[in-house]
Amino acid sequence: MKVRVLYLARLREALGAAGEEVTLESGAGTVGDLLALLRARGGAWREELAGRRIVRCAVNHELAGVDAVLADGDEVALFPPVTGG
Amino acid sequence: MPVRVQSADFDVSAEIAALRAGRTGIGAVASFVGVMRDMSDGEPVRAMTLEHYPGMTEKALEAIVGEAKRRWPLAEALIVHRVGRLLPADQIVLVVTLAGHREAALAACAFIMDYLKTRAPFWKKEETPAGERWVEARASDDQAAGRWAQPQQ
Repeated sequence: MKVRVLYLARLREALGAAGEEVTLESGAGTVGDLLALLRARGGAWREELAGRRIVRCAVNHELAGVDAVLADGDEVALFPPVTGG
Repeated sequence: MPVRVQSADFDVSAEIAALRAGRTGIGAVASFVGVMRDMSDGEPVRAMTLEHYPGMTEKALEAIVGEAKRRWPLAEALIVHRVGRLLPADQIVLVVTLAGHREAALAACAFIMDYLKTRAPFWKKEETPAGERWVEARASDDQAAGRWAQPQQ
């Protein structure tokens, strides 16, 4: 399963990436599975996504939690808590 | 279109007039304008850049307006939110609510701002004398949004 992942705001700067396609090996996967895969890269990926700082997520433009189930072709955005208004 | 995301400034009077045009059943017009300050967390701020998530931003703002209309008898509501680089005293966001009476208009206006602060995909980056820094979300914003929580049905 392939998902398009976007890194927004401070997270984009910390990870040094604006976005990428990620392949989840098993047939099914959740946002939590995606985060685990990204954390395993080590370095800034583990630093930012290990839970020390809050990371929020949207799947196909809707806010989602770590248990959200992903489907092939989904757009997943990871970002810090929002600060608009 | 009850929501707009734009870099251009907005004219509060013109927006309210346009929203009210032709409506004779409205008894209450409530509004809020968010403005950029020259100080933040003890540091002077020279400028601020607002990033957003194209594709999700309008959708998130529309959902907030939809929720406000579900909770209160609003005739209409409007959100205009700017993005890009702003300077102190610049307008950032406008919320306008129209209703038959003031309770709904005022409460919905506050609700929309509290939900926007915690759910709308915008992020602020400030330019200070010490350098650039991203604004951190506040616990007080989460608390403000939390006061609108409804009992689980």
